[in-house]
Amino acid sequence: MAAEDLPSEFDVVILGTGLAESVVAAACSRVGQRVLHVDRRSYYAANWASFTFNALLTWIQEIQAESLSEEVQDRSSLVEEGEELIYLSGSDSASISNLQVFCYVSEEAEEEEEPANTTEEEEAGAAGEGAAKEPSETESAGSKEEEAGEAAEGDEQAAQEQGEEPKADQPQPSAPPSQSEPTRKKISYTQLVKEGRRFNIDLVSKLMYSRGSLVDLLIKSNVSRYAEFKNVTRILTYRHGSVEQVPCSRADVFASRQLSVVEKRKLMRFLTSCVEETEEHQAYNGRPYLEFLREQQLGDNLQHFLLHSIAMVTEDTLTKVGLASTRHFLRCLGRYGNTPFLFPVYGLGEIPQCFCRMSAVFGGIYCLRHSVSCLIVDKDSNRCKAVIDSRGQRISCSHFVVEDGFVGADRKVATPTRLLSRAVLITDASVLPGDSEQQVSLVTVPPTDGRPAVNMVELSPSTMTCIPGTYLVHLTCQSVGSAYEDLSPVVTRMFCMAECQDEENRPAVLWCLYFNMADGSGVEPEGHDLPSNVYVCSGPDGALGHEHAIKQAESIFLKILPEEEFCPPAPNPEDIIYDGENTSPTSIGEEEEEEGLTAAGGEGEEKQQEQQEEETSLQPEE
Amino acid sequence: QHGRVKIKTTAQQEEEKRKEREKKLKIYVAARDACFSKRNEGIWDDEALQLTQQLLSSNPDFATLWNYRREILLHLETVKLIYEAELSFTESCLKVNPKSYGSWHHRGWVSARLPRPDWARELTLCDRCLSLDDRNFHCWDYRRMVVKMSGVPVDQELAFTDRLIGSNFSNYSSWHYRSTLLPLLHPESPDPPPHLLLKPIPIGSLVQNAFFTDPNDQSAWFYYRWLLGRAEREEMISCVYVNREEERVAVAFSRPVNSVGLFLVLDGQPQRVEWRSVHPCFKHSPVWICSLPPGTISDITNERNLTVHWTEKHTHRDCALYTGRTESWCRDSATDQELFRSELSVEKTSVLQSELQSVKQLQELEPLNKWCLLTIILLMRALDPLGYEQEMLAHFRTLKEVDSMRSAYYSDLCSKFMIENTILKMEYAEVRVFSISDKNLTTLCHLDQLLLVTHINLSSNHLQRLPPQFAMLQCLEVLEADNNAIENLEGVYHLPKLEEVLLKNNKISTLADLQPLASCPKLKRLDLRGNPVTQTANVESELAELLPSVTDLLL
Repeated sequence: MAAEDLPSEFDVVILGTGLAESVVAAACSRVGQRVLHVDRRSYYAANWASFTFNALLTWIQEIQAESLSEEVQDRSSLVEEGEELIYLSGSDSASISNLQVFCYVSEEAEEEEEPANTTEEEEAGAAGEGAAKEPSETESAGSKEEEAGEAAEGDEQAAQEQGEEPKADQPQPSAPPSQSEPTRKKISYTQLVKEGRRFNIDLVSKLMYSRGSLVDLLIKSNVSRYAEFKNVTRILTYRHGSVEQVPCSRADVFASRQLSVVEKRKLMRFLTSCVEETEEHQAYNGRPYLEFLREQQLGDNLQHFLLHSIAMVTEDTLTKVGLASTRHFLRCLGRYGNTPFLFPVYGLGEIPQCFCRMSAVFGGIYCLRHSVSCLIVDKDSNRCKAVIDSRGQRISCSHFVVEDGFVGADRKVATPTRLLSRAVLITDASVLPGDSEQQVSLVTVPPTDGRPAVNMVELSPSTMTCIPGTYLVHLTCQSVGSAYEDLSPVVTRMFCMAECQDEENRPAVLWCLYFNMADGSGVEPEGHDLPSNVYVCSGPDGALGHEHAIKQAESIFLKILPEEEFCPPAPNPEDIIYDGENTSPTSIGEEEEEEGLTAAGGEGEEKQQEQQEEETSLQPEE
Repeated sequence: QHGRVKIKTTAQQEEEKRKEREKKLKIYVAARDACFSKRNEGIWDDEALQLTQQLLSSNPDFATLWNYRREILLHLETVKLIYEAELSFTESCLKVNPKSYGSWHHRGWVSARLPRPDWARELTLCDRCLSLDDRNFHCWDYRRMVVKMSGVPVDQELAFTDRLIGSNFSNYSSWHYRSTLLPLLHPESPDPPPHLLLKPIPIGSLVQNAFFTDPNDQSAWFYYRWLLGRAEREEMISCVYVNREEERVAVAFSRPVNSVGLFLVLDGQPQRVEWRSVHPCFKHSPVWICSLPPGTISDITNERNLTVHWTEKHTHRDCALYTGRTESWCRDSATDQELFRSELSVEKTSVLQSELQSVKQLQELEPLNKWCLLTIILLMRALDPLGYEQEMLAHFRTLKEVDSMRSAYYSDLCSKFMIENTILKMEYAEVRVFSISDKNLTTLCHLDQLLLVTHINLSSNHLQRLPPQFAMLQCLEVLEADNNAIENLEGVYHLPKLEEVLLKNNKISTLADLQPLASCPKLKRLDLRGNPVTQTANVESELAELLPSVTDLLL
C-alpha cells in the first residue's frame, strides 16, 4: 500500500477489525463521524476471520512462528506538554494457543485408494495416545504442516512421506473399497491445496439467530445488502452413539419418523405453552430446567431434545434461563426457514467486512497492516487526545476503540482467562446423510463424563465454505483442557480418521485443526486502567449467537455519541446526492474497500431484495 | 454536519417517483391505444405481437390483450418457434404476477398447440411456483391440466402430495388433491367406500401425524372425514308403495331425483299417469307419487302386479297387491342397505377400531379439542351407532360447551344422528311407528325413510317447524308433536290418511299457519291447547270453516 500520510485528524480511531469494532466503525461513519479503522494484520475481521485453505495454512505458520514481537519504538518525541504515552501491545498472540494440525489424506491423488500406513499410525496417535504424549504429536503435526506448505508450492519432496511407501507395500487389489463406499471420491491433500481458494474456514463458529440482534441490525442498517445467507436446514443431536434429527418446527414434528404420535402431541403442546410465561413456569424459576421438564412427563426423547438441542443448556441450568432460551429459539423459528438459524454464504468472516464496507461507503478510511503503537493522553482530563500509528504519525482523535488483544496485560482488569476449544475438520461426508447433500446442520453433543457440551456446525459446499465432495465441520466448546483433549473424543466417536473402511460408515476426516482461543465473554468492556474515551472490544465469545458483540458495539457507540441513532437505515444508492468534487473521503474509502472485500461479490443487491421478500413472505406460521 | 452523506429528501424522492410514474403511464397508454386501433383494423402482425408483449409484461392481467395476442398467433401460426417464445414470455409474466389468470391460461393454450410439448418442464415450473406459494390455485389448476395431458402416473402424483404435505401440512390443496387421487389408485373397490381400506397406506399414518402435531389444524381433519366418509349411494328405487283405496302409488328413491323417465306398468299394461312430488316446492325429491285412473285397482278381489320402471337408470321394481289387501309395498329394509353407515367387513371394523383408539388417545391429551371430539363421534357412528349412543350424546354435550359458537350446528347434527338411530331401531323392530320424544331434536331429516310410518311421536323436542319434506310421510295417520316450539306446519300437506294431529304447547300463532292442514282430507282430531292461536277472536268458528272435517277440536 502506498505510504501516503493519513489525515492527521479523526473523530474516532479504531484498532482491530473484529465484529464489534467493525459495527462501531459503521455506526460512527453512518452518522457523519470521521473514522480511521486500522488493523495490524493483513486480513480483515481479526479472530472473526475466514480463510481460504492456503491462507489458513499461512495463519497457522504465523501462529506457530509467533515469537518476534515488534520492537517498541520510542515515540516520546511526539509528546507535548501535559501529555503522556500509553504503549499498546504489538500483537495479540496470546489469544490463540495449543494449535495442532492433523492430516489424514495422502499427498497425491492415487488411482486406487488403499489404507495408507502412515494414516493408520496417525489415527493411533490421535485416538489412542494419552495426554502425556501430546507435545511430540504436536510438533510432528506442525512440521508436517510446514512441509505441506512447501508442497503446495509445487514441490515433490513431501510426497515421499505419505504417498510412496504404501504404494510399494500393498498391491492394488487388496482394498475392496467399492463395496462399502462406492460413491465417495478420494480427495488428496494436493487437491485441498489446489482448490484451497474455494474454502472459507472461519476461526469462530457461530450461527445467526434469525431474530437475534445481529440479524435485526443487518436489516435495520441495510448492511444486509452486502451479504447472502443460507438457512441452517436441520438441527441434529448426538445421542446413544448415533446422530438423530431434532424435530423443532411444526413441519419437522409432522415429518419425524422417530417420534410417536403421542410424543408429537406432547412436544407441540410443550412448545406452544412455552411461548407465554405462565404461573406454572414462574413456580419453577429457581429450580433446574431439567426438573421442570421431568415434571411435564415428556419422556426421555423429548427431554433430551428440549434440554440439549432447543434450549441448549446444561442439566443444572435454572428453569428461568432454560425457558428464556427455549423461547428465543422458538421466536426465531419460521422467519426464514425451518430452523432458527442463518449462516452467511462465504463464511462468518463476511459479517465484519460488511460493516467495514458500510463504514467505507460513509467515508471511513481503512488501512490494513497498519497499527497504532501508542496513545497520547492528556494528563489533566485523562482523555486520549491522539494516537501515534505504526509509522510514527501523530493522529488526533476524540475517541479510541481497541480490540482487547492490543491492550497490555498490565492495563487490563485481571480476569481469569477463559478459553474456547475449537476444532475444524474437513470431512468427506455428512454425519447424517439425507435426501439432499446440501444440508447445513447444527449438531448438539451433550456433555459426557465431565466434558462440556459441544456445538458442532457442519457446512456443506452450498455455503461456499468448502469444495464439492467435502464438508467443513466446526466444533466449539468451553475449554476444560486443551482443544485436542476437549474435542478429539467427540471427533473420534463421530468420524473415522483417514480413509479406512469404517464399519459404521462414519464420515472420514481428511484434515483437521485444533486450537484454543481466548473467550471474549471474559473481557470487561470497562474498568481498565485506560483513559475514559478509550473503549475495549472483546474478541469472539463462546455463545452460538452474536448477541455479545452486537450489544458491546451498541453500548460503545452510545458512549461515544449518546445523542445519535445507532445504525439508521442506509439510504439507497440512488438517493445519495453526489456533487462533484466534494466527495473525496468517500472515494478514498471505496478504493480501500476494493482491496479487502473482494469476496463480497456483485450479488449483494439482489440478495438484499430476496431477503426482504423472504421476510415479508415467510412470517412465522401461527 | 461535516462529512455527512447528503441524501435526497423524501419530497425530492416523491417528486422523482411521480415523474417516473407519469412517464411510464404515458408510454403504457400510448402502446395500449396503438394495440386497440390495430385490433380494430384487423392487423395481426409482428409489431402487434411486440406491442402486446410490452404491455402484458408490465400488466399480465389484461385479458383483452391476451385474446388479441392469440388472434395474432393463430394468424401467424407458421412455425413452432413462435410458441416456444410464448412459453418463455408467459414465464416472465408469471414472475410479475404468479397468480395472473391470463398468463396461466395463455400458457395452457400455447402448450396445447405445441406439436411436442415438454410436459416435464411444465411440471417443474408448477413445482417451483407451488414451492413459493402452495396456495396458488391458478398453478394447481394448470398443473392438473399438465398431469392430465401428460399422463403422470397416479402413484407419482401421490408422492408429490406427500412431499407438499410434508413441507406444509396445513395446506388443504394438497390434502384435497390426495383425496382425488386415492380413488383413482384403487378403482377396483368403488363400493361402498373406495378409500377406507387401502391396505398399502394405513389410513392413519399421514393424517394422524398431522392432527397429533397440530390438532387445531382443520385441513387434516377434513381429509380424515373424507377418509371415513361413505360412498354416495347408488341411485335406485328403494321402495314402491301402493294403496288400493286411494288408487295411489308412491315411489321412494335412494337420492332426490326428478320424475323424468319414470313409468308405471300395471299387469303388463303401461299406464298413463301424472307424477308429482309430495310438495310443490320440490322439483327434485326422493319421493314421487301418482294417482291411478279411478277404478283401476279398487276391486279388492283382484290381484294386481305393478312395476315401476326408471329408464334413466335402467332399473325397475315390482310390487304385488294381493287379493283382499288394501295396501302393499316392496322395498329393501333400511338395515339391509346400511343406510347411515358403510357396510364394514371384519377387517375394516378392526381398522376403524384402531383409529378410534388412536383418536381417543389424542382426546386424552386434548380433552377439549373439538375436531377430536367430532371425529370420535363419527368413528363411533361408523362402528356401532346404537351401541355408542350414550357416549355420542356425552361428546355432543362437551362439544357444545367448548365450541359454543357452533352449538346450533352440533344440535342439528345430533338430531340427525338420533333420527338415524331411531330409524334403525324401528327397522329392527319391524314396526311402522316412529317415536323420538324428548331427545332435544332441533331439526328433522331422513323423512324419505319414513314413507311407510303410520304413527309419529315427536313430543318434547325443540322443533320449530314441520318442513315441506314432512309431506313424504304418505302413510301417516297420527302426528304427535306436543311440547315443541312449532310455528310452521308447511309439511303437513296432502297427507291422505292423516286423522289425528296433536300440537299441544307449541307456538302456532295465526290461523294462516294452520292452512296446510286443510289439505288433509281425513283430519278429525286436532289438539291446539297451549298455542297462541287459541287466543284469536272467533277461533272456533274460523277453524270450523277452515277445517270442516275436524270433529274433535281441543283449544
